[in-house]
Amino acid sequence: MTGAPVLEARGLVKKYGNVTAINGADFELRAGEVLAVIGDNGAGKTSLIKALAGAVVPDSGEMLMNGSPVSFKNTRDARAAGIETVYQDLAVVQALDIASNLYLGREVRRKGIAGSLFRRLDMPRMREEASQHLADLKIGIKSVNQAVETLSGGQRQAVAVARSAAFATKLVILDEPTAALDVSVQAVVLNLLQDLKASMGMSYLFVSHDLNVVRLLCDRVIVMRTGRIVEQGPAESVLGNPQDAYTKELLTAIPHPPLPA
Amino acid sequence: MTTDAPATAPSSVSSRFHAGNLLREPLLGPLVALVLAIIIFSSVSNSFLNPQNVSLILQQSVVVGILAVGQTLIILTSGIDLSIGAVAVFGTIVMAQTAGANGPVMALGSTLLVCVVFGAINGGLVTALRLPPFIVTLGTFTAIQAATRLLAGSETYRVEPGLLTFLGTSFRVGSFSTTYGVVAMLLVYLVMWYALSQTAWGKHVYAVGGNPQASNLSGIKSQRVLFSVYLTTGVIAAIAAWAALGRIPNADPNAYQNANLESITAVVIGGTSLFGGRGGVGGTLVGTLIVGVLRNGLTQAGVDNLYQNIATGVLVIVAVAVDQFARRRSQ
Repeated sequence: MTGAPVLEARGLVKKYGNVTAINGADFELRAGEVLAVIGDNGAGKTSLIKALAGAVVPDSGEMLMNGSPVSFKNTRDARAAGIETVYQDLAVVQALDIASNLYLGREVRRKGIAGSLFRRLDMPRMREEASQHLADLKIGIKSVNQAVETLSGGQRQAVAVARSAAFATKLVILDEPTAALDVSVQAVVLNLLQDLKASMGMSYLFVSHDLNVVRLLCDRVIVMRTGRIVEQGPAESVLGNPQDAYTKELLTAIPHPPLPA
Repeated sequence: MTTDAPATAPSSVSSRFHAGNLLREPLLGPLVALVLAIIIFSSVSNSFLNPQNVSLILQQSVVVGILAVGQTLIILTSGIDLSIGAVAVFGTIVMAQTAGANGPVMALGSTLLVCVVFGAINGGLVTALRLPPFIVTLGTFTAIQAATRLLAGSETYRVEPGLLTFLGTSFRVGSFSTTYGVVAMLLVYLVMWYALSQTAWGKHVYAVGGNPQASNLSGIKSQRVLFSVYLTTGVIAAIAAWAALGRIPNADPNAYQNANLESITAVVIGGTSLFGGRGGVGGTLVGTLIVGVLRNGLTQAGVDNLYQNIATGVLVIVAVAVDQFARRRSQ
């Protein structure tokens, strides 16, 4: 089920002024694996995924993909390497239609002179492919021509997940994909993620506050505190038998409501 | 444009005027206002709809109409340009002064260059120093206006008929007479409609205006897109300067004092949101025509210019209120 490392991080460091957001992160992510990153606010989770997504450039350390060193100067580089990210605030443009959002920053031009000289976009093709991607997810969106702002919260989330699933070839990063959702909608998105995990065999890196979600979806867990990775290992051992004092504290501090059906 | 409305189903007709639909059909409100204005003025005055008067309305709309295209671009990026009118006036002075010694082609070229440089200054300050467009263009407006007076003295400069007055040349289509300036204005609208709706650049302009963070995370070079918008606006200001000399072949440092505010008026009435990211040049064309029809119709009805200003002002506030209301409903 899980294979060779897709992504390895060696001694990643990111500082903002005097604040060290990531303080020497070492971990690896294997093919087909779902890796969770947990920790309190300010633990450096978002900075870590931003570094992997190319949204921030680490000050030092190195990243390897399939064993070769990579360095992402921006999000385009990470996308080109097959890494897609679902940000906490989704990073969608509300007033643009769904198809335009899916292809934002990677628009497809028409063939021939219309595309090369007149830079005309191939809207029919983008709409058709976007419809296909959304139809695969069965989330009940009728038209990809509607603006994202006409969608419900769960549908917007699903569009952002669909965008990543459609274009990622190696890794999908999800930052708190269910934090802003109603419990019933959370279930829809979680089912969607589980289906994708089963059908695509993609690797996922998952940031969440919700340990129930982590238990449900994740193979391995990284625990972060103030920029450091304090513990990592298989989900059942980290969550079931934590070694680090902070992990124990984190696990007992969070109540365990029943999973949404 | 919106003829697909099922006129037989009362519920869907009323739902078309729902705030959410105003967002999805942003042209609907301005179009209704334009048609209403035309109906009212043509019932008050018999001569309102005759070809000469329609042609006059179009010709009177050319300079502000062209400037409003540039203004639309900037407002779509959630900025505002207070300097574009002054840049165009500066352009007319440069054009007229250069034409005397170096001929009309050089005059057009140097005007284009000067206007693009002003666009680059605005764009550079907004993107490189991350200053608010309102403050940047307020500063450049003040400086350019003073520079215009310094360059022109207190004189006006007449240009010889020819290339520089070409956009004032009229031609006939059947019984309808119009100028190449009107054609140029419509071409500017057509080109920018294409660029905004059919190219990746256009999508990126909307994205940068609607959600700059999301644009950056999507790999769009936001600052580069913004800068290109200000450069394009410089080009449009140069075209407006050319059209202005076509209408009145006299470069006057005191001309078009209200053109800048009127361009903002046209954009806002046309339904482009001051918050950025929604709207387009189609609405701005309708907005320009609303202002033109209103001014012309009120003049024909003998209404004083100052009352016309009041009417235009009220219209702007109504348009912004509708935009605000629609936004709140959508959130």
